[in-house]
Formats: sequence, C-alpha cells, structure tokens
Amino acid sequence: MSDIMTAKELCLWYGSSQALKNVSISIPEKSITALIGPSGCGKSTFLKTLNRMNDLIPEVKITGEVSYKGVNIFDSSVDVCELRREVGMVFQKPNPFPMSIYDNIAYGPRTHGVKSKAKLDEIVERALRDAAIWDEVKDRLKKNALGLSGGQQQRLCIARALAAEPQVLLMDEPTSALDPISTSRIEELALQLKEKYTIIIVTHNMQQAVRISDNTAFFLLGELVEFGETEKLFSQPKEKRTEDYITGRFG
Amino acid sequence: MKKNRLFENIIHGIFLILGLITIGCVLLITVYLVISGIPAIREIGIIDFLFGKKWASTAEEPAFGILPFILTSVYGTAGAIVIGVPIGFMTAVYLSKAAHPKVRTVIEAAVNLLAGIPSVVYGLVGMLVLVPGIRKLFNIPDGASLFAAIIVLAIMILPSIIKVSITALDAVPKEYEDASLALGATPTETFFRVSVPTAKSGIAAAVVLGVGRAIGEAMAVMMVSGNVPNMPSLFQSVRFLTTAVASEMAYSSGLQQQALFSIALVLFLFIMLINAALNFFLKGNKEG
Repeated sequence: MSDIMTAKELCLWYGSSQALKNVSISIPEKSITALIGPSGCGKSTFLKTLNRMNDLIPEVKITGEVSYKGVNIFDSSVDVCELRREVGMVFQKPNPFPMSIYDNIAYGPRTHGVKSKAKLDEIVERALRDAAIWDEVKDRLKKNALGLSGGQQQRLCIARALAAEPQVLLMDEPTSALDPISTSRIEELALQLKEKYTIIIVTHNMQQAVRISDNTAFFLLGELVEFGETEKLFSQPKEKRTEDYITGRFG
Repeated sequence: MKKNRLFENIIHGIFLILGLITIGCVLLITVYLVISGIPAIREIGIIDFLFGKKWASTAEEPAFGILPFILTSVYGTAGAIVIGVPIGFMTAVYLSKAAHPKVRTVIEAAVNLLAGIPSVVYGLVGMLVLVPGIRKLFNIPDGASLFAAIIVLAIMILPSIIKVSITALDAVPKEYEDASLALGATPTETFFRVSVPTAKSGIAAAVVLGVGRAIGEAMAVMMVSGNVPNMPSLFQSVRFLTTAVASEMAYSSGLQQQALFSIALVLFLFIMLINAALNFFLKGNKEG
C-alpha cells in the first residue's frame, strides 16, 4: 500500500508555545489511521495541518514538510482551496450550514464550478448514499438541515465532505458529541468509506481506535511517540509511555 | 429572610413602573396624534388630503394636498437606502470578516463618531459644501434638491447599517465558516455564501433601522432640500413629511395647524407600517 500523505520533521508553534515537535509520519492510502493521545497532545493540531486549516489561526509558525501525493502542501504554488477539496474534513461538532439538506451537500460541488442541475442531483444522491443517510433524508432534501438529529447532522457533514470528491477525509473526534447508537453508525460508515477514501481520525476513545483503525499514532506533548499497526500498538506497544497511556495509567 | 423578600418586591415594582412609563409614552403619543390628526383629514377629505398634489396652506383658497410630501419622503428614503445600504453592508462585511483588527478599530471609531454627529451639522455641511457642489456639477440654478437630501440621508444612515450588520455578521458561528473553508471555498465565497445568508435577518434589521432613521430625519434634509412643496424631482427643491411639519408649525393656526398634525399622523403610520412589515419578514426568516 502506498503512502498518500507524509509529514517530515513537522514543527508547529502557536505564538511562542510549541504544539508539534518533529513529527514524521507516513499515512497509507485507503486505510483508517487513528490519532490518539491525551488532550492538548497535538493530535488535532496535526490533523488541521494536513488541510492547512491552521492557516486561519493568527501567529502560527510551521517548519518542516507535509507532502500530499508527493507535493509539499506548504509550497507557495499550492492552491489551498484545491488542497482542501482533495483533503476534506469533518469537525468535532456537527456543523451543517443553516440551509437545506440539498444545498448543504451541493455547496462543495457548486464551489468548484458544477452548475448543471442534473449533475448536482447525481452528486447529492451519491454523497448521501455513501454517507448512509440517503434513506432517512431523501423525502426532505429541501428541508433545513438543522432539523436533523445530531447523529444525522454528522453523517450529513460527512456526505457534504464526500460531495467535494476528496481523496483523504480528516475526522476530528467526529463522534464525541454523539450518542452511542449514532457513534456506531459513524464507525460502520468509516469502515465502508475506507474502500474509496483515506481516513485520518482523531479520537479520544481508544476502543474506537481499536474497532475501526488499521494504524494508530500516539501523540504526547506534541511528539509522535509511536506509530504502527493498531493491533500491535495496543497489544505490544514498543514505548513505555504508550503502554502507560493505553492501559489507563494517565490521560 | 422576610426583609429580603420585601426588598425584592420593591425593586420589582420599580422596574415594572419604569417599563410602564415607556409604554405610557408610546400610548400617549399615539392617542394624541390620532385625536389631533383626524379632524383636518375629515374636513379636507382623506382622498384630497393624501392624493392632492397642491399644498398651499396660507393661500387665499388654501389647498392641503400632501402627495408631494409623501412621495418626497418615499423617494428620499428609497434613494438613501439604495446608496447607503450597499456601502454600509460591504463595509460591515469587510470590517467583520476581512479587516485587520487594527484597521477595524480605527474605522469603527470613525463610524461611531459619524453616528454621534448632530443632524444639524450634517445639514450645515450639506448646505455649505454639497448644495453648491451639486449646483456647479449639474449646472442647475439651485443645488438644494432631493438629490442633495438623498446624499445626506445616505451618509446619515451609514452608522446604523454598519453597526447592526457587524453585530449580525460577528454572531455567525465560526463553525459554519470553517466548514465552508474546509470544503475548499475561498474566504470571499465563504463570506457571501455562508456568513451573509446566516446573518440575513440581522442585516435586514439594519436596513429597517436605516429606513426608520431616513424617513424620520427633519433637520438635515430641511437645510439641503430647499423646502418647497413641489412634486418630487431629483434636481428640484422638495419638502419632506417631516420638514412640512417642522417648517410651518411655528406660525400655523386653525385648519393649517390641524393639517400639520395630520401629516405627523401619516408619518407615524408610515413608520409603524415599515416596522411591522419588516418585523414580519424577520420572523418569517427565523422560522424558515
């Protein structure tokens, strides 16, 4: 399996405090990579670096390199909008736009120049089917998306991200605001989606990492402590710190 | 324990009375305007009053038609909105979403200052700068015109439009904007396709405030509009509903004075109507 995203000696500062320290990692494509670690360990920061959402925060300084399909995403010739189209994102709190379900899904494609109604209809249906929410919303596509339940809203957000036809899907604790049933639906969905997409998911829930991920990266205080196959990392961690964390001794 | 409750009750009572004072003022003004405005309308006839094109209150055969005033107020307000809303709205989008914090601080301070300038000063500057400017620019005998009034009103409504729009735009959850950017939209696309639609009811409220301020303004427009009861035309001297009342009240008597009250009543109804219509529109937005 080839690697789709690679970070090399990535460091990141918010003002004077360093949030990422020399992170080097290679993410294999069409798999699920889980990022775990205690709060403030830099896992979300790392995730947001991958689609350059950190650009929006003032006083962020980044050194090192992140390449997507062999291209350094910090290169001045990279169109950040195009990068974000290919590297989609699902946020912690479901954040559908206050508009209709249809318009939510069509937002990405419209942004990227799709105008034909037939084409949009097709994209919307496919995205909603891929996100396993089509049957629940097909009769109310024109209704406001804020009328959906939290779990449905999150799957809608996944559908919205898929409609932009990304290669990589970043998920920032996508189930932390959801109930257990909605959570398991999202997990099932993630497992289906890895057939077509590369998924990188930040999670606080170690069981979740075990259940769905192929590889796991453990972050602590801005460092990547250990990265490897999920099964191995949880059964035979190489690092003492990893073991302490996954056995619940801290964090 | 007991003492505390008594204290609470007293405070509660004071707040209630203060609230009632406000309502009382509104009721008093409304009732007074209706009572004093109706007789003249009755005597003149509502059709002749509202749709009469000639106002000659002190002529030997007086005519009390206020259509010129109504149309002037409507055109003047509409003109001010057409010019002021786009400028104010774009300024608000820029300040709320794009401007550097330092730039925003400076411009916001300027906007607040603009809001605090008394209307007579607007009138004065309009009279000394704008009116002669228009006269020269368009080569007309007198620059005091509807056009001058529209420009002054457009500037006067800017602060309320900018400030209320900024409040609405600032309140747009950052999550929406992040979602849009993460989908690959540019910041500009994000402002206009997500932030502005989300803030639309607040922006509509800004327009209401602007309309209210423009239609109710008397002093500044009196000084730049020439104050002649013509049917409105862009480069002619005109008289607004507000200025009609203000300019004749001091020396009026009899039916003339009663007719001025009727004009005030019409103005009052206009403002009620605008508020009601836009409130209705805002409510519809929230539920939709």
